[in-house]
Amino acid sequence: MLPVMTGKLALAGLRLLGRSGNALPGLVVERLFPRYLAKTLSALPHGVVVVSGTNGKTTTTKMVAAILAERFRVLTNDTGSNFVRGTIGAAVSSSTWTGRLDADVAVFELDEAHAVRFVERYKPERVLLLNVMRDQLDRFGEIDHTARLLQQVASQATVAVGLNRDDARIAAIAGTIDAEPVWYQVADDLRHLFPTDEELYGGASRAARDSDGAAAELVAWDANATTIRIGDAEQSFPLRASGAHNAQNATAAAAIASTFDLTPDEIFRGLRAVEPAFGRGQSFEIDGRDVSLHLVKNPAGFRQSLAAARVEDPARICIVINDDDADGRDVSWLWDVDFTGLADGVPVSTAGVRAADMAVRLRYDGVEAAAVDAALAPAVDRALAATAPGERLLIFSTYTAMWGLHRHLVARAKEVRA
Amino acid sequence: MTPLRIVHLYPHEMNIYGDTGNVVVLRKRLEWRDLPVEIVPVGVGDDLPSDVDLILGGGGQDAAQGEIGEDFQRRGPELRAAASDGVVILAICGAYQLLGHEFNTAAGTRIPGVGVLDVVTNGSDTRLIGNHAVDSEWGRLVGYENHSGLTTLGPAATPLARTVPGRGNDGQDSTEGCVQGNVFGTYLHGPVLAKSPRFADELLRRALERRGDAAELAPLDDALALQAAEVAAKRPR
Repeated sequence: MLPVMTGKLALAGLRLLGRSGNALPGLVVERLFPRYLAKTLSALPHGVVVVSGTNGKTTTTKMVAAILAERFRVLTNDTGSNFVRGTIGAAVSSSTWTGRLDADVAVFELDEAHAVRFVERYKPERVLLLNVMRDQLDRFGEIDHTARLLQQVASQATVAVGLNRDDARIAAIAGTIDAEPVWYQVADDLRHLFPTDEELYGGASRAARDSDGAAAELVAWDANATTIRIGDAEQSFPLRASGAHNAQNATAAAAIASTFDLTPDEIFRGLRAVEPAFGRGQSFEIDGRDVSLHLVKNPAGFRQSLAAARVEDPARICIVINDDDADGRDVSWLWDVDFTGLADGVPVSTAGVRAADMAVRLRYDGVEAAAVDAALAPAVDRALAATAPGERLLIFSTYTAMWGLHRHLVARAKEVRA
Repeated sequence: MTPLRIVHLYPHEMNIYGDTGNVVVLRKRLEWRDLPVEIVPVGVGDDLPSDVDLILGGGGQDAAQGEIGEDFQRRGPELRAAASDGVVILAICGAYQLLGHEFNTAAGTRIPGVGVLDVVTNGSDTRLIGNHAVDSEWGRLVGYENHSGLTTLGPAATPLARTVPGRGNDGQDSTEGCVQGNVFGTYLHGPVLAKSPRFADELLRRALERRGDAAELAPLDDALALQAAEVAAKRPR
């Protein structure tokens, strides 16, 4: 009771200051009441799902939460904090002042390092692992190290571990866990859409993989329809979050959801309903222009987003690169993305702290930036002004720039409507 | 004119932190000047082609450095021959360490190098990591360092650039990288050549000069690269 009150008071204090978020109250409770998390979560009748991996954590967590919400009351850290303190903050805000948690099950997105810290405090019933790609190497060191972190997380699961059969580093974890492995995969003819880290870097392509007994499979995908098989049930539907990578995320979510007492119909219903997560393919209508915002944070994700963008046929593209801690201080990863596909004439401008770096990168791939501007709002406004009504502007942005961009786009969209 | 032949060593195993970008930078800077260029990827088991003008090697994960270790050893004689023949070599991070005499890991294993550079590297528990801008004879070099191996230069190796304690080769002697003849070693990723255009051109100039081709390179507009370098140099580590 005391931890919840403390956390809630911190939360209320923040609101008085006109700020929100669960991270700070979570941190306060984490420091003062180190056993709060384990004690609270062990009361959940259907336990905890931890979602981790390099790409797709936020979207997949949202999908798992949406599916489980078909049957259960779900606690999730959907405010963007994927550190342990974010899970504590989420628990505090979903509790009554007397400390009772209004939830049956929790779904937590955790970054790889914090997932390890989380499982040291609470052994989750289920873990869902997505992929291991190069991401913020300045923080984690190397991707083999990242894979070892995920293995440690999986080894603490007590019921089931959802594993991606198309990622060799994730698949190898199956032999090292006590919980039941639950596989998900994409159909053979879709595998080229999901290159592994090795393939992205020109290495050997994958050996054929065992394909029997997957709990969920991505059977077919195009820009209009996603077809997923869960056990013997197969459905085709439009997924609101665009891109092949999100179809794979949906398959991962379906696999782990199938270990709960849910029917395939309920799982499909949850997937059909889920909206894109913050900045992961969100759209804004501004003065007749369609503006969509896509988070980019590592080479694999950026390449997939660029591939998805080509399907959307944009009139302009704006790339916003910051280099704060949450973006990764090292921007060399931009050189692991192939931009030659943009050399066909869609005007591209750059913005953010590293706007010039991005423009240099583009120039070496044969793309001359139309404008280079460190300041976000003017850069976006200029790109908007240059986009004709009825046309589409795509914005790719690193993490820390997204908040300002999102605020600016929401304000511009309102201003136009008023 | 025969194309300038650039060997990219271990493109699949040694390519972290964008080091492959150095190949892109050199190729483009030649193409922009209408100078012909040929890139030859050389992986484990591949032969080094004849008449090599320039060799680029990047950093790799620990596991990858293990995979290429034996292959790299086997290449010792031809790499030493290339270096003494004046072939221009740029080695980043892991490749820099392997070109030295030896690498002693933190766990106490001795990995012999090929001895092209008069340097020795010792593994450590601290990681030198962050944005790094250093002054060299060929202008400011701007990149990002990320290594726990600490490198000490012998008398035959000259520091590539000066830096401050806590950064560079061993974190103590205020040097970054080394030069020995036409062989350059550095810990700068980034890739280093993207924001260090004068240094990129120096490598090309030396390679052309060695072949006896006119080594005057037409100037390029590098305002954007220098602007990016200025921003990067001011960013926090």
